[in-house]
Amino acid sequence: MRILAIESSGQIASTAIIENGEILGMNVGEFKVTHSQTLMPLIDELIKETGVELESLDAIAVSGGPGSFTGLRIGSSTAKGLGLALDIPLIHVPTLHAMCYNLLSAENIGCLIVPMMDARRDQVYCGIFDFLIRPDNTVDFDIFLDSCAMSVTDLLDRIAEILSLDGNPPPVLFLGDGLLAYHELIESYADFDYYYADDEAMLQRADTVALLGQVMYSLGLTVSADEEAPEYLRPSQAEREKAEKDK
Amino acid sequence: MKQTVILSIESSCDETAAAVTVNGRQVLSNVIYSQIDLHTIYGGVVPEIASRKHIEKINQVIKKALADADHTLDSIDAVAVTYGPGLVGALLVGVAEAKAIAYAKRLPLIGVHHIKGHVCANYIEYPELEPPFLCLVASGGHTHLVRVDDHTHYTIIGRTRDDAAGEAYDKIARAIGLGYPGGPKVEKAAHNGDPSAFPFPRAKIEEAPYDFSFSGVKSAVLNTINSYKMKGLEIDDAFRNNVAASFQQSVIDSMRERVLMAMDEFDMDKFAMAGGVASNQTIRAALKEAVENAGGTFYCPKPVLCTDNAAMIGAAGYYEYLNGRRDGLDLNAVPGLKLE
Repeated sequence: MRILAIESSGQIASTAIIENGEILGMNVGEFKVTHSQTLMPLIDELIKETGVELESLDAIAVSGGPGSFTGLRIGSSTAKGLGLALDIPLIHVPTLHAMCYNLLSAENIGCLIVPMMDARRDQVYCGIFDFLIRPDNTVDFDIFLDSCAMSVTDLLDRIAEILSLDGNPPPVLFLGDGLLAYHELIESYADFDYYYADDEAMLQRADTVALLGQVMYSLGLTVSADEEAPEYLRPSQAEREKAEKDK
Repeated sequence: MKQTVILSIESSCDETAAAVTVNGRQVLSNVIYSQIDLHTIYGGVVPEIASRKHIEKINQVIKKALADADHTLDSIDAVAVTYGPGLVGALLVGVAEAKAIAYAKRLPLIGVHHIKGHVCANYIEYPELEPPFLCLVASGGHTHLVRVDDHTHYTIIGRTRDDAAGEAYDKIARAIGLGYPGGPKVEKAAHNGDPSAFPFPRAKIEEAPYDFSFSGVKSAVLNTINSYKMKGLEIDDAFRNNVAASFQQSVIDSMRERVLMAMDEFDMDKFAMAGGVASNQTIRAALKEAVENAGGTFYCPKPVLCTDNAAMIGAAGYYEYLNGRRDGLDLNAVPGLKLE
């Protein structure tokens, strides 16, 4: 089983190929070069480097949002075109869920994992998650707060609320580019123990999109290339302003 | 003659379109998903909404174009796509999709200039038409008077200094309360109005006699409306119709003067229209009469080929293909793409 994964929701695009649980290769684009120019060449290089035949792919996993609207659309249209041409399904991987997989390791089991992306307008795209080990030794992914846009202080309040329910509160792990904009606010506002993810786990990565994509594929959670569309989590500005006006 | 079958994709504004054409002249399918109803409530095209809708519809539109043409991705020879000018977010959807399809099917990729597409719609309508000829491309986003030197090279003779012709129609329609899109609504109102009711200006630009300007006539229309309102006069249908007719006459006169002057100066006996504004029957009739009276031949595609569509991109793409154009996987959307 082979899956090509595409991540273009943030400032740096990447692509990866996973085969039966093993990452065969990953390519990362340049900072601040438009995904429109880098994404297809990254895929082409990856295909050449890994020697994987395009026609042998079983599915395309795409980081489905939230994130940069334009970045998401470039990834989505690329995945849709590949899916159409190769006649294979797509896997719509929630971007913030895939980011949690950056932190999937023994020592992080039980931690509250909080990815946040800068969503402008004083908000972050964020969620609150954790990994648990089931009795049969498999990993469970829990969602306390699923992907949404909210202010950092509201998010910190939600985290505090969850922690208050636990007699032995777990550490909180933050990651994502929202930290660049909001780490000072977190440092002044949060009154619980927290850590920042290591640099290599900080941002969106195609290899974890591939990892989660594979889990979703095995659960039958695929979509057709026709129906795939990004999850923006926000209406367009025009729709928002119209809704305000109509109130 | 070898048959070259091209799948073409167009997503530069608010139409998601795909077509299959043969040798740039024969249309096997021409599928257009128009988003116009979604944008009407906003009084114009909202780029973010347009981009989102393109994503939702593009695969279905491409599949229908292939099915209608009785082709598959295995039986086509190249993929052509509009890469500018247009709305960047909207263009990017078509460009990324086209690149992925071309890559996965190992097909040549051809980036096409949207305005060249409009011009080339004439090749579909008139199999005998060959360059050189003069062409007026007028739409909601563009107003260019060009000399088509050969199938892929164009010389701009004149262009608008401010609003595009179609944009001016939209603004006038809004001002007299006709709504969006303005083109067909103003034309319909003008039908029942007096073109000489108001002496709206015909702009001339001293140092660039072929350039257009529609902001003057737009201001004159707005001033007329305002003074009517100030006098306490009612904006009724008769007033609307007269404003529409007088405005349209100003547009027609500006176009006719430049077209006749250019035919004479550049010694052209063939004149073609293109773009969404070319679907305006009153403008078509007026320019046809003027061109034919001057001894020229008038060309204009049928309305479905005037407004945005992908068949025209297939036509332009074919000539770019013959000319050796091949784009790479790094092809980008260029919202302000130049024509020359």
